[in-house]
Amino acid sequence: MLSFTLKRISQLFPVFIGATLLVYFLVFATPGDPIAALSGGKPMSDATKAALTAQYNLDKPFWVQYGLYLKNLVTLDLGTSFSGQEVKEMLARAFPVTARLAILALVIEAVFGIILGVIAGMRKGKLFDSTVLVASLLVIAVPTFVLGFLLQYVVGVKLEWAKPTVSGAATWGELILPALVLGLVSLAYVLRLTRTSVIENKTADYVRTATAKGLSRNRVVTVHILRNSLIPVVTYLGADLGALMGGAIVTEGIFNVPGVGHLLYQAIQKGETPTVVAVVGVLVIVFVLANLIVDMLYALLDPRIRYA
Amino acid sequence: MRYSHASKAVVLSAALALTLSACGGGSTETAGGEGDGSYVVTANTTEPQNGLLPANTNEVGGGRVMDLIFTGLVSYDAKGAPVNELAESIETEDSQNYTIKLKAGQTFSDGSPVTAASFVDAWNFGAAAKNAQLNSYFFESIKGFDEVNKEGSKKDEMEGLKVVDDTTFTVELSQPESDFPLRLGYTAFMPLPEAAFEDPKAFGEKPVGNGPYKLTEWNHDVNLKLEVNESYEGPREAQNGGIDFKVYQSTDSAYSDLLSNNLDVLDQIPPSSLASYETDLGDRSVNSPYAGNATITIPGYLDHFKQGEEGNLRRAAISRAIDRQLIIDKVYQGGKVKADDFTAPVLEGYSADIPGSEVLDFDAAEAKKLWEQADEISKWDSGDEFSIGYNVDGAGNKEYVEAVVNQLKSNLGINAVAQPFSSFKELREKVTSYKMTGAFRTGWQADYPSLYNFLGPLFGTGAGSNDGKYSSKEFDDKLAEGLSATDPAEGAKIFNEAQEILFKDLPAIPLWYQAVQGGWSENVDNVEFGWNGVPLYQQITGK
Repeated sequence: MLSFTLKRISQLFPVFIGATLLVYFLVFATPGDPIAALSGGKPMSDATKAALTAQYNLDKPFWVQYGLYLKNLVTLDLGTSFSGQEVKEMLARAFPVTARLAILALVIEAVFGIILGVIAGMRKGKLFDSTVLVASLLVIAVPTFVLGFLLQYVVGVKLEWAKPTVSGAATWGELILPALVLGLVSLAYVLRLTRTSVIENKTADYVRTATAKGLSRNRVVTVHILRNSLIPVVTYLGADLGALMGGAIVTEGIFNVPGVGHLLYQAIQKGETPTVVAVVGVLVIVFVLANLIVDMLYALLDPRIRYA
Repeated sequence: MRYSHASKAVVLSAALALTLSACGGGSTETAGGEGDGSYVVTANTTEPQNGLLPANTNEVGGGRVMDLIFTGLVSYDAKGAPVNELAESIETEDSQNYTIKLKAGQTFSDGSPVTAASFVDAWNFGAAAKNAQLNSYFFESIKGFDEVNKEGSKKDEMEGLKVVDDTTFTVELSQPESDFPLRLGYTAFMPLPEAAFEDPKAFGEKPVGNGPYKLTEWNHDVNLKLEVNESYEGPREAQNGGIDFKVYQSTDSAYSDLLSNNLDVLDQIPPSSLASYETDLGDRSVNSPYAGNATITIPGYLDHFKQGEEGNLRRAAISRAIDRQLIIDKVYQGGKVKADDFTAPVLEGYSADIPGSEVLDFDAAEAKKLWEQADEISKWDSGDEFSIGYNVDGAGNKEYVEAVVNQLKSNLGINAVAQPFSSFKELREKVTSYKMTGAFRTGWQADYPSLYNFLGPLFGTGAGSNDGKYSSKEFDDKLAEGLSATDPAEGAKIFNEAQEILFKDLPAIPLWYQAVQGGWSENVDNVEFGWNGVPLYQQITGK
């Protein structure tokens, strides 16, 4: 298990370098001159333009730019934004917020998705099952921003149960509503995955054996059916954590959450390479680690899976 | 000052139309405030794009804060008229040499004195190329600018600026410019305390100013907190207990906060709510024109549109083929005002009936006729394409450019297309390197309230924002004549004569004047918007 974990973590380096190189190149290759945009259509003297271009290394060829970036990266210097802020500090501010949002969303989708999925699976074809199926289909079909604005308007503006937007502190409590919006679509998928898996396992031999042994229904459902049904669900959840963090941009926009989505969107628009690369770099690490945890969970859920 | 194009979450605007179009009135809860001056007003902003240094702040997010925490020689009242702040007097006999006297005993909020050197040093700092300040071009009229703003130049003192004594300094310009005193209220011309030059970057994070407010907290991407600066004495004294600027990623979420009284002042109603905000907010809303406009620039280097008879005919034809009012009503729900000149109606000296301005009036038959006349000079091939470029990352650009294109198609029968650019930076790079293959959207928001500000920087030969490479000696001479006039009214008259030349050549086609659509919560009173579309924050009171 240990050597497996180490091997997987060592894979992080080539993945990280490859991803940053690719992203760096993509931002480099997007058309447009960031400095021309900085002036906002107002005049800018050639001397000022030259000074700014040199300041951000934009006058150098791609390999030199990327080399300088890597060189600074070794000393943990992630560069500065066009506004003169340290990218490191921007990340340190935004990531915890998005992480809270994503974790909350993940918890909501896992808890409700699995519980509802198991109940629906056990009562296949009954009223509860059909209702949940239709509702989840609806959630999948309606785009996130519509759900977001609708919830914001109803809960925030009409009922005034919560403020329509999140404060700068972005506390756990404030993030519940945005996390619900963010996690709702995934919740529907988790529910459906769990349901299908439960229906499949319900008729398995070992379940019949367990029931024949006289085990209580609760024990049969939680230990025998659920545990074996979780493998596809856990795979989905693991991949989803990264997707939630990287894909929170719409939700963050609606609820004004000061997280990485906003940071990334603005940086892409401005052509601010260091910020884009840093955000994506951290997201890559999150993805890889989440998948590692999923792989380790497999062994726990199904003893037949072993890592040498 | 320009639009913060990056602030608009374009993805969201279309969405809101689906969900909020049916929304009704706001809520009735009120909170805080005793009707006195202690109420802290919350207002929307975007994250300032740079550290808060006067010469480096060129967008609204930073500009509105700078104007509250700094005070220059003059400030502008609601109508844009200059009012003396720190200036005791600004005197000149030839519009080229100015003697500026300061009021004695003025201080920055940290107690350090505001002296003549505070201005001279700040302006020199802003102009020097080595400091790479975005507003450096504002100092280009001052003698010696070319020396300090040269690539690689180490010099940072302009010879046109001289400190006479603690409260007096002189400015020598390289040519007479009568509207120079008008510019002095713009952010770039604010003074700086000595401490600023030791570490400008650190100062930009924690600026110390001399305005009606002082910045006490700046949480990036979250908020900026302003407290009243007790040492300020002047015409803009704060009537409230402070301002809490909240950074919004989109005006849609800000509008939700406004409806639920979680935000006091919003200076931009989101496009999706333009149809409903007046019913939502009632008398807590405003729709008033400010000093900005939208235009379409047809660069002079395009075939068929070069300066000359054919080009002028085609430009006039295009201008007359656009039904501006229809677009204003349909796309903006009346949120703009049809343009009648190249400047803006809130400015002193503005005239709606300059000879030649009828070229901005819609007349499809006349348009067709003009286009055919141009065809007699040089045939417009039916395969030729006329494109209008726009950046998709600015809310609403696509809608109006496509509307214009459709009108050109049906009224002139030409193959007109809207040409999207993925980002503002892409469009601006093509524009500023003169590589456009068609027309493109442009616009101007005044830096200071003056007709000249809409003409010189945009259409003067070789001027910094002359995107269409327009050049006319006749026009340049008129501008110079207007600038050397000592009487402002006389100057305005000459600038309007200069516009007559523009109406013939149409280097850009004015579409409409910008108007601000804003609203405020049930917690505040006395909300008024200024000549530049920015609320007069210092006047707002709690209920």
